[in-house]
Amino acid sequence: MTAIATPARRRRSGIRRGQNLAGWLFTAPVLVILGLFLLIPVLMAAWVSVSDWTGRGSPFSSNVGFVGGEHYAELLTGGGLAERDFGTALKNNFWYVVLVVPLQTIVSLGLALLVNRRMLRGRGFFRTAFYFPSVTSSVAITVLWLFLFSTTGAVNKLLEAVGIAGPNWFNEPAGIFHLGATTGPAFLTDHTILGVSWWNWLGGPSVAMTGFILLAIFTTSGTFMLLFLAALQNLSGDVEEAAMMDGANAWQRFFRVTLPQLRPTLFTVITLGLIGCWQVFDQIYTGTHGNPAKTTLTPAFLSYQAAFGSNEWGQGAAIAFILFAIIILFTLVQRWVLAERAVSKRRNRWFTSVAARLAAGTAAAGAGGSTAASPGAPPGSPGPDRTEGGR
Amino acid sequence: MSAVASRPATERVPGRHRWTPGAITAQVLVYAVLVVIAVVYIFPFLIDIATSFKTEAEAANDPLALIPQTWTTAAYERLFFNSDFPTWFRNSAIVTIFVTAGRVFFDSLAGYALARVQFRGRGVVFAGLVAVMAVPNVVLLIPKFLVINQLGIYNSFAGLIVPLLADAAGVFIMKNFFESIPTSVEEQARIDGAGTFRIFWSVVLPMARPALVTIIILSFQGSWNELAHFIVASQSPEYTTLTKGVAQLSSGALSAGSQYPIKLAAGAIMTVPVAIMFFVFQRRIMNASAGAVKE
Repeated sequence: MTAIATPARRRRSGIRRGQNLAGWLFTAPVLVILGLFLLIPVLMAAWVSVSDWTGRGSPFSSNVGFVGGEHYAELLTGGGLAERDFGTALKNNFWYVVLVVPLQTIVSLGLALLVNRRMLRGRGFFRTAFYFPSVTSSVAITVLWLFLFSTTGAVNKLLEAVGIAGPNWFNEPAGIFHLGATTGPAFLTDHTILGVSWWNWLGGPSVAMTGFILLAIFTTSGTFMLLFLAALQNLSGDVEEAAMMDGANAWQRFFRVTLPQLRPTLFTVITLGLIGCWQVFDQIYTGTHGNPAKTTLTPAFLSYQAAFGSNEWGQGAAIAFILFAIIILFTLVQRWVLAERAVSKRRNRWFTSVAARLAAGTAAAGAGGSTAASPGAPPGSPGPDRTEGGR
Repeated sequence: MSAVASRPATERVPGRHRWTPGAITAQVLVYAVLVVIAVVYIFPFLIDIATSFKTEAEAANDPLALIPQTWTTAAYERLFFNSDFPTWFRNSAIVTIFVTAGRVFFDSLAGYALARVQFRGRGVVFAGLVAVMAVPNVVLLIPKFLVINQLGIYNSFAGLIVPLLADAAGVFIMKNFFESIPTSVEEQARIDGAGTFRIFWSVVLPMARPALVTIIILSFQGSWNELAHFIVASQSPEYTTLTKGVAQLSSGALSAGSQYPIKLAAGAIMTVPVAIMFFVFQRRIMNASAGAVKE
């Protein structure tokens, strides 16, 4: 980074020193604030997670002892309530992630494709309508959701109109795959992971949690729609037109031409989705506090509750760090999976032939438009690797 | 593009505009789908507003009606004249104004330094900011409280505002923007003898309006809608913000299953400022998807 300095500036050491001072002065406020409220807190919390601090006085005072991995062990292998609650929270949030991430990606991509049509009237109106839920506060929208999904609320009234008896939504603890079933077979109920039986793990999110899953799709699809929209607008229409010439139908054009070109954005959306979905807190705090029957408990809320509710600061901090590890793990796994599932050879060749033909005709068409990376991609997301195929 | 126009491929383009019966059906279908989805996205907000003007009994019995049978502003009267709601609103406004102003200034300052000022340690600062962005927010709930408490700013506006005054994402947005503008103007000012801050303040910053608007939108929305930080930064009712107040109103009375008009009225009012912001800068938001990522 620093090597970019022009030789002229390097020679004049006075200016160089001035630049050093200015650089540090300019970045100082941000560094101090982020250091003080991000870096130091994480280090403090790391200490608290291995200490027996009870919330009184300073965590660094002499009567606070070091307990090693006790809190972590209690959560992961303790066999007690702490482990069971943590397991339940992980189970709840796991299903939330498994359902929300793919659904919000599909919905947002679908919305983007719908409003990306050049000939569409009222494009601005539709984009605004779809994006609006994303700007509203999670608290306001959760309050609204609780009302819509209350037992005699709007959603159940609508379901009633088409002859379906709606569930009790936010008061219904049954897992959606368990509806109708009473107890599971012994081999599923006898084995547990983190204090939660296999049967419960397999039960899916509770009906109450499903309400939050729908809420998440509703509020995030607009944001991700904009990301996809930006990427779609960067695509060169020529490749698609060439595909159309080759007689590819709309379906083939989407899956073999458009989708492969959207890979960088897809990657961004899934990464952001994964990171966000493991941090469900606002909705739970506003809505259910983990009820009914702890089926909407999430690790983030459990961490808060343990520390601020029951003064189990060490445990709360430990939960936060395990959650951190889970988020990193999931992001890495996703990175690896998406990298492995690169555009298959056959599709790649097909795409290559189209691109090559275009490149032969007009040098500008093939490369220029399609290689521009999505502007929304965070640092570290891979650039489009299809340029290799172009050769 | 002009080269493309001469290619035979484009001859198909006029053909696409010819309306065959199939194309018309497809077009109608697309509009139908769009309208249905738009209704799904808008209807909840209309219900919210309608219900806030209903009586409690009507809200429970007829949740779908968009026009109340008996109009009442009881919910709003209760909120404004008989609750802490005005205090919450005031607190949220104060925090949002300071945080937005702070972020605009500090983020652009740091972004400029990272983009243009050749100082030793720039690489380290940059790497540090990237690392900071990777830390999930919820992990910071407990630690933030610890630091705020240690610094003695728990239960104060300082505790609510200062930790939010800078954000790494904003610095990156500004850095990217500054890198995109040509250096020649600055060189000229430098030759004229202007110092780095002077160049930043009088030359570069006025050119950065689009990026600054992005920061304003993100900071405003982010701090107005923030909840978790306010929960851990104060306890006193005096410093309760809208999000925290309404969240507690919601969860506290949940078991009673009532008071929906009041809760929904509160939700509607707290949506108004971000909605105004949204409609004012709509074009900008829709075009700058780089800045639209919600955190």
